[in-house]
Amino acid sequence: MDFGKTQISFSEEQAMLLDAAQGLCADLSPIDKVRSLLEDDIGYDETAWQQMVEMGWTGLALPESVGGSDFGLGALVPLFECMGKRLLTTPLMSTVLAAECLRRTGDPAAVTSLEQIAAGAKATVAFVEADDWGSQHLTTSIEDGKLQGSKRHVADAADATIFVIPAMREGVKVLAVVRGDQIDTACRTKHDVLDATRRAQSITLDIAEADITVIASNAEKALEETQLIGALLVAAESTGAAVSCLNVTVDYLKTRKQFGKLIGSYQALKHPSVDILCAIESSKSLIYQAATELNADALSRDARIACHMAKSKASETLVFAGDRAVQFHGGMGFTYECDAQLYLRRGLWAQQAFGDPMHHRKRLAQLILDDEQV
Amino acid sequence: MATEQQLENFRQEVAAWLKANKPADPGFLLPQSFMEVGSEQQLDFLREWQYKLWSAGYLGMAWPSEYGGQGAEPVFQSIADKEMSRASVPIAFNVIGLGWAGPLINDVGTEEEKRKYLKGILTGEDIWCQGFSEPDHGSDLGSAQCRAVRDGDEYVINGSKIWTTMGNYAKYMILLARTNPNTDRKYDGLSFFLSPMKVPGIDPKPIRKLTGEYGFTQTYFNDARIPASCLMGEEGKGWQLAMQTLQYERGAEAGAAGGLSMVRIAFEDMIEMLQGKQRDGSEVLQDPVVRDELMQLLIEDKAISIGEKRAHIGALNNDFRMALPLSTKLRWTEHARRMRLAAVRLQGAGGSLYVQDSQAIQGGFWQRAYMQSFSATIGGGTSQVQANIVAEHVLGLPK
Repeated sequence: MDFGKTQISFSEEQAMLLDAAQGLCADLSPIDKVRSLLEDDIGYDETAWQQMVEMGWTGLALPESVGGSDFGLGALVPLFECMGKRLLTTPLMSTVLAAECLRRTGDPAAVTSLEQIAAGAKATVAFVEADDWGSQHLTTSIEDGKLQGSKRHVADAADATIFVIPAMREGVKVLAVVRGDQIDTACRTKHDVLDATRRAQSITLDIAEADITVIASNAEKALEETQLIGALLVAAESTGAAVSCLNVTVDYLKTRKQFGKLIGSYQALKHPSVDILCAIESSKSLIYQAATELNADALSRDARIACHMAKSKASETLVFAGDRAVQFHGGMGFTYECDAQLYLRRGLWAQQAFGDPMHHRKRLAQLILDDEQV
Repeated sequence: MATEQQLENFRQEVAAWLKANKPADPGFLLPQSFMEVGSEQQLDFLREWQYKLWSAGYLGMAWPSEYGGQGAEPVFQSIADKEMSRASVPIAFNVIGLGWAGPLINDVGTEEEKRKYLKGILTGEDIWCQGFSEPDHGSDLGSAQCRAVRDGDEYVINGSKIWTTMGNYAKYMILLARTNPNTDRKYDGLSFFLSPMKVPGIDPKPIRKLTGEYGFTQTYFNDARIPASCLMGEEGKGWQLAMQTLQYERGAEAGAAGGLSMVRIAFEDMIEMLQGKQRDGSEVLQDPVVRDELMQLLIEDKAISIGEKRAHIGALNNDFRMALPLSTKLRWTEHARRMRLAAVRLQGAGGSLYVQDSQAIQGGFWQRAYMQSFSATIGGGTSQVQANIVAEHVLGLPK
């Protein structure tokens, strides 16, 4: 029986990125900045996005031939961990996943979009039509010269210029590449996302096939692999958020006094804090081990195992950390003003994104117990 | 330095030897760890096995050749140990000698002490035990009250020690006793002895454990007289030697002679046990609820293993420094306990049978292993004490 690898490596490049991202994210996203964007229409700061583009983050995992720096997917894990730590959201995740999905098709028709993304175009993938991240079924189709259907939970759709839309054409899954201006305002409904740092829309599609690019090669596999990579990036982000969440909680436990004692001296609060810490350490080990296994090629069995494990653990960790953060802040934790809710809401969003923990354990069990072939 | 090729040749040699010499099932329960040796039958069997391992040259390889070792590079012993684990051979039972007392004597003992003690540890002829914990001072070693009073060329010992592994079989004990009750710092009144056990006034009483087995004793000292030459180092300097011993015990310092100290129980062993078992009329391993629980356990198992490697990558340990090393014991022991409990729970009605029942699943191995797992979540500092340590030293929470 093979449970996947435990090797872990961390390159000089990753260490440098981690360092740079640590600093940049702290500068770009102090907590009052995060709060100022909660009710903002677009939900992020355009100058922050531009700085990320200038740092080359949109093309980190893309090949040099399209303007990327070919650092590999493993380079994205420290970035998203740092962004999670500062609750910094931008269209970066949607964009790199759109790029990854297109790149994985190996289709020459994807090259133009990849070049645009490496240069800073915002993009997104419409992964799901309803609420089931585990469903492979699509009703969106290209038929009689028209792309028609609807998608839900489309991240960062408001100002994406490139949409990757999975659809069925003649019984085969394809990727339709649609421009942002081809989806009218009337066809978009803004979601009220529980994590108020994030933006998403429902969209309906009715566009002439002649006006879009259709990528037919390897769409199904590219999409499925990208979804798993998305799960890992959310896991990395969640791990970072859990670190900050625990720090916020611990700071409170060290300053708040009740019954004449600092409340952090009570074991009823200490021990669950250690449980959160241990869960964070597990998540961290799993995301960086997954980063070690990922590369530009098709996802190996080991890489899949690692991504499923990372998402399952990191999602539960952040919800646990957020839930306890609210409780341990007492009455303060019940207020909007307390930052605990920001982390809890992030956790509640993140546990669903790209499949919840049970979804990933179900897939993991198939790989481990049924020796399912990749 | 041995070449890769030499190491690989050696690995093959050990593997072949273990395959040819692994003892057959003796037909009675073998201890899962060195803390469960409870009968003469088990003792004789394990002693014979350890002697065989040593004679073949696979134990104490890195200890000096003049004291029964081979003076080999330590890497050879770790290869031998890995192969022993892979081959699931019995334990090398004289662990307190092989892993704690032996390395201490090797590192700081006198020439005479080395000659007298080391070889007997390796051959298994001289069994060693440890007298550190006392009934009233479990984790708080510095408060030890067992008294040693100098009288001519002897020390007179009075008091008691608890959790003495193999106390009733041991020939020697590493003993921490108070030679001076009036020091400013309680630590300065402690001395360290390499004490004989078979002397009048030393009375080890076996303790029956929750598993129904034996393995520990409470050791009583009533005016027991031991030679003054048993004092190791100087009087009043025992605390440092005890701390050094704990470093070997926790694996923080190298020097152990090698061999397995406990039967390795891995996640795959549980899966293997569950294979073919039924639940609600179908295969237990196809039950979605069971599968989910198993995957949770596997994820934790892997995460802790990866953590041991991540601990060496500085850049990935900046958020909570020392979190990994300080939580390792807490996490492995609690995880092992949970995994074994799950294994028992998933056995169906068979899970309620124990070792004497011929129909018990794998001879009651998992029931025994689960109950035994508390030795690790309690011994060496309870999980709750460990959690306090992590909370205070890593998170900086107040005492």
